[in-house]
Amino acid sequence: MSLKEKLVTSFMAFEDTIDVHSPIHDIRTEAIKTFENEGFPSKKEEAWKYTSLNSILKHDYSVFPKHENALEFKDVKKYFIHEIDSYKIIFIDGKYSSHLSQTTHDGIDICLMSSALNKPKYRLIIENYFNKITTKDGLSSLNTAFSAEGAYIHIPKNKLVDKPIQIIHFSTGNEAALMLQPRNLVVVDENSHVQIIERHQSLTNNPVLTNSVTEIFANKRAIVDYYKIQNDKENASLIDSTFINQKDGSLAKVHTFSFGGKLIRNNLNFYQNGERMDSVMKGITIIGKKQHVDHNTLVHHIEPNCESHQDYKGIFDDSSTGVFNGKVVVNKEAQKTNAFQSNNNILISDKASINTKPQLEIYADDVKCSHGCTIGQLDDSAMFYLRSRGIPEKEARALLMFAFSNNVLDSVKIPEIKNRITKIIANKLGVNIGFDL
Amino acid sequence: MLKINNLHASVEDKGILKGINLEVKPGEVHAIMGPNGSGKSTLASVIAGKEEYEVTEGNILLEGEDIEELGAEERAHKGVFLSFQYPVEIPGVSVTNFMKTAINETRKAKGLEDMPAKDMLKMIREKSELLEIDRKFLSRSLNEGFSGGEKKRNEIFQMAMLEPKLAILDETDSGLDIDALRIVSNGVNKLKSKDNAVIVITHYQRLLDYIVPDFVHVLLDGKIVKSGGAELAHELEAKGYDWIKEEVSAEH
Ligand SMILES: Nc1ncnc2c1ncn2[C@@H]1O[C@H](COP(=O)(O)OP(=O)(O)OP(=O)(O)O)[C@@H](O)[C@H]1O
Ligand SMILES: [Mg+2]
Repeated sequence: MSLKEKLVTSFMAFEDTIDVHSPIHDIRTEAIKTFENEGFPSKKEEAWKYTSLNSILKHDYSVFPKHENALEFKDVKKYFIHEIDSYKIIFIDGKYSSHLSQTTHDGIDICLMSSALNKPKYRLIIENYFNKITTKDGLSSLNTAFSAEGAYIHIPKNKLVDKPIQIIHFSTGNEAALMLQPRNLVVVDENSHVQIIERHQSLTNNPVLTNSVTEIFANKRAIVDYYKIQNDKENASLIDSTFINQKDGSLAKVHTFSFGGKLIRNNLNFYQNGERMDSVMKGITIIGKKQHVDHNTLVHHIEPNCESHQDYKGIFDDSSTGVFNGKVVVNKEAQKTNAFQSNNNILISDKASINTKPQLEIYADDVKCSHGCTIGQLDDSAMFYLRSRGIPEKEARALLMFAFSNNVLDSVKIPEIKNRITKIIANKLGVNIGFDL
Repeated sequence: MLKINNLHASVEDKGILKGINLEVKPGEVHAIMGPNGSGKSTLASVIAGKEEYEVTEGNILLEGEDIEELGAEERAHKGVFLSFQYPVEIPGVSVTNFMKTAINETRKAKGLEDMPAKDMLKMIREKSELLEIDRKFLSRSLNEGFSGGEKKRNEIFQMAMLEPKLAILDETDSGLDIDALRIVSNGVNKLKSKDNAVIVITHYQRLLDYIVPDFVHVLLDGKIVKSGGAELAHELEAKGYDWIKEEVSAEH
């Protein structure tokens, strides 16, 4: 039985366990039909031309883990940004862990998707926002069909959330192979401000496939600051689809740090439904071996006077491969749009490769759009300069690579994240030097 | 300290150094002069360990040890320092962080612990004062957007921080204004001792008024064709290189 067949059959069983009278029920049944028709994407599709899922779809994933698994904080502490106080929404093999979490309903709702989907008091928000901006492709539909758990965050207007929120999905490896379908909904009302850190972390080398969908609504003048830390184990793969709907005067920023995992596909979609807003997408990708990271971004400028900024840096070693596909659409009405995009890459090895493709569809005439992509090597004269000062080759290389990518960290507003990322980078590059200052 | 025997070096099969002999003893200052393209910077780079150049004949001994097999960083750890004619811009690495890394990597190579942060800051303060470098400057990206003179002053600041045994200053004077030339030369003189040595590569006598050489060598087409005392530099300043070229061709 193929994974697709297995999933479709499992849905029947899954359906029985959930509330068939909930408004979500119809959405789910619709979604599984879409998945049945569309299936998983193949390289024949333009948007998947350089990313093949074949190697990760061949495992016999369990769709519903058999056991409830527990973890002790001390054993997984390193995966948290534990230096700061934070709200935490933590899942273990797809199940909520109240033991590791810290949620709240005190003026703001930071809790579980499952309770939001079931409790009447959340009904209005769910009806207004759930599944409203996802694309109806096979993968997102699959997630919608199975969406049972994830983070639910609702920040009513005029609230500055006092501390960041960490969403972490652990997989224990107690299943031989596991597929997860996390679903997050983030609604930030007028003038409110929230910071979110998301991570998917496998604890063993058993195959894990995570098909995650996050919907974010940044209402008028809201600020959403979202950090994705992707540094998973070598057999863990992630398809991460994020949909962001912005209203007048809002600012939405997503930083994606991709260092680990087997295959990562980031679908990051911004819809600017309003004026005077800014969408920021930044990324650092540092991979090696046979890793593959694909950034697929879209900014849709719908109304006038808005900006978007994209800055992705990539460093590829060994036989690793990268894809950057950045699409910017500027509607006819969206005059005075400023859209910037840059994607710079360094290939360390002859066998590494990157496919980078900007896609601009501009229908307005009074706009500023710039895009640039570069692919280069490390500069020999810079290497000699550093080495001549006593910095060994490996460290010199690491320093240059860090220097190449670190401007992406300038916009990171949480110093502990910046610290953590520089440590992960140092670790990834196998050096023990402080990149600080 | 440094002994170079019959050194031949080439890049992409093109011979650039064609039999250099040079001995530098502790406490000495040597000046190397010579027309553009004669191989001065190449000699400096080969001593510092630039891999692009292939040594095809001869050898370089540092304190008696052949350094052929050593990488640039290992030579630095042994006390070789090159002040670059064209310092490289490294965006994203601050001067301070660069120096910290360089010093601690050198210490690591010698089996020492990292320098305590307090000592590091103190040293940075002292050395930047010696070279009259504004502290703000040190948090900027290394050489990025520095003026020509600032780059050179920064090279000597690095030299002051690293306290090398053998410093090679490749046209450190070019780009410096009159005051900066005095400050930088002063810095170099303060760092001099009976245990270390300096090789200055320059086109102008001016620098040698400040850093007085014990020996002056003329490099011509990859060979040292004439050596003398400090007075040779004056002679070159007055007469140029043609008379030396004639002397050389007369010998053949
Ligand atoms: N990497 C290289 N590739 C090709 N040719 C080189 C390379 N490095 C040096 N050369 C050549 O070797 C010769 C010597 O160059 P070098 O830079 O050593 O001269 P120099 O004496 O320092 O000159 P200047 O006074 O102008 O600084 C020049 O003809 C130069 O073009
Ligand atoms: Mg030169």
